[in-house]
Amino acid sequence: MSTEPTGRTTPADDGSASAAADAGDALVVGEHLTRVFGRGDAAVRAVDDVSFALRRGEITTVVGESGSGKSTLARMLLKLLPVTSGRLVFDGADVTDRTDTTAYWRQVQAVFQDPFSAFNQFFTVRRLLARSRRLLGAELTEARMVEALEQVGLAAGDVLGRYPHQLSGGQRQRVMIARALLMRPSLLIADEATSMLDASLRATILNVLTDLRDRAGLTILFITHDIGQACYVSDQVLVLSRGRLVESGPAERVIFDPRHDYTRKLLADVPRLHDTG
Amino acid sequence: MSDTAPAAPLVRARGLRAAYRSQRGSDVVAVDDVSLELSGGQVLGIAGESGSGKSTLAAVLSLTARPPLSVLGGELTIDGEQLDLSGGRRPPRTWRGSVVSLLPQGAMNSLSATTRVGDLAVDVVRAHRGRVRRADALDLLTDRLDALDLPRRVVDSYPHQLSGGMRQRVVTVLSTLLDPKLLIADEPTSALDVSTQRALTELLRELLHRGLVGGIVFVTHDLPVLRAVADRIAIMYAGQLVEVGDTAGLIDDPRHPYTAALLASVLVPEPQIRTRRVGGIAGAPPDLAAPPTGCRFHPRCSLATDVCAEQSPPLLGTIGAGYSTCWWRAEHPDEPLEARL
Repeated sequence: MSTEPTGRTTPADDGSASAAADAGDALVVGEHLTRVFGRGDAAVRAVDDVSFALRRGEITTVVGESGSGKSTLARMLLKLLPVTSGRLVFDGADVTDRTDTTAYWRQVQAVFQDPFSAFNQFFTVRRLLARSRRLLGAELTEARMVEALEQVGLAAGDVLGRYPHQLSGGQRQRVMIARALLMRPSLLIADEATSMLDASLRATILNVLTDLRDRAGLTILFITHDIGQACYVSDQVLVLSRGRLVESGPAERVIFDPRHDYTRKLLADVPRLHDTG
Repeated sequence: MSDTAPAAPLVRARGLRAAYRSQRGSDVVAVDDVSLELSGGQVLGIAGESGSGKSTLAAVLSLTARPPLSVLGGELTIDGEQLDLSGGRRPPRTWRGSVVSLLPQGAMNSLSATTRVGDLAVDVVRAHRGRVRRADALDLLTDRLDALDLPRRVVDSYPHQLSGGMRQRVVTVLSTLLDPKLLIADEPTSALDVSTQRALTELLRELLHRGLVGGIVFVTHDLPVLRAVADRIAIMYAGQLVEVGDTAGLIDDPRHPYTAALLASVLVPEPQIRTRRVGGIAGAPPDLAAPPTGCRFHPRCSLATDVCAEQSPPLLGTIGAGYSTCWWRAEHPDEPLEARL
């Protein structure tokens, strides 16, 4: 199976930072999203006038170095952080100021960087997953847990009774993805979800993401500082630098034919395994 | 086993063994009979997955093993001076910092938040050289910063006033202030983004080039970083070295199936990775309390045969020049591994 976005149409690639927020098949549209921390002289524009569209059934990756604003952007999309200015549209509806997060979180779920600190160490996997009952109520059945675990390549019988320290790092992160999938979300945000894993395990987690896209049509926002991983999974790439979107477009174009100096520098700094021309 | 290296290497380690004592009284041997050599002016990379024992090896080499980790045995020779590590003997205090120095994991968070960098440098110098005038110690630091093109302002800075990458470089400068013969860098770049990563590896190379450190052992799970910084690479699996070789040779023509599998799971921004599915390595590293018999990699190895499960693999090559430990390789000395995986 290939991870290539085979035959998928890639709308307007203007290569510029203004990424036409084409609302056609977009699940999420951000228009001039801005988030400012502090005020007056101390104000920091962590995300500065960023516009983008996440198309359905695609993996969009945000790349940028530490402090570029990528996690702030994710937190705004998750409604964990209010938007200072700009507009956020989800599934056709303006959700910029939406406050009923409980319903929103049925649609938008996330996995974060550290799969160990995200667990209560005294809970088994079953109990961890069962906490979703607070959002799902009676909808949460054993069958649904088994299905979610299967989607990430885990056998329920192997893991449901286990404690976090009895799982490997890769298994823990799979369980976190399964937890997110219990909601049957339409958007999954993976914020540095592979950064703390060994290189030998990263591909296995990324394969879970591409499989979810290819089989379940899930829309995924993947956040990473590693262009190698972005190259492996992405349909579309957004490059953030100091809060600004400096380049965006189809992954192949952005990574193999970067137009912005910052993207070029970022690529030049990536250590390679083999000499390339 | 004979050494073929012409001149005596800067670092020569033989039969290093170290174990964690568990509460049940059994030992988990995390470094099991590791021998290696490092020539002056070179970087030896040590790579492996989590749990392979590479950080434990770093602790043994940097003489920083603390309970529950204890060194069971082995011999370490650095620049002609020999140290017997067996019998729980404590290494001489004078070795730390000036003969060997450790650049620890998460170094950027190891600075004291309430101490200016300059004051810390004074402490470091005084701890090793006794009564040194404050001004002299600060001169040593500023000279070093000048030599490495780092800004002098860090002397009067508190850690929070510096970026993560700058903090990492400052810790590197502090840990090499006494010109150690051997620097052990344990995952120094893992928490950094690529641009700061590159600045750090360039700094380490510069330290070597100027003779401020004699040699570097660089521990990481990131093979592309080693490609950029290391002269030689040792691959560690389940407490043992399975392959050692020069960087280009090991990456272009791996001799051990584990090395080949690690290389195959690397994700770099090159066109070919968009067209193939990277499988990673099936299974997980073994529990070191009960490592597999024979070759420790055999349960995860697609080329394993009966002999791999029964007998320890032969050492093909020499410790000085490079080697691999693999039954399959013994039968197929010239076959490239890439085609077999």
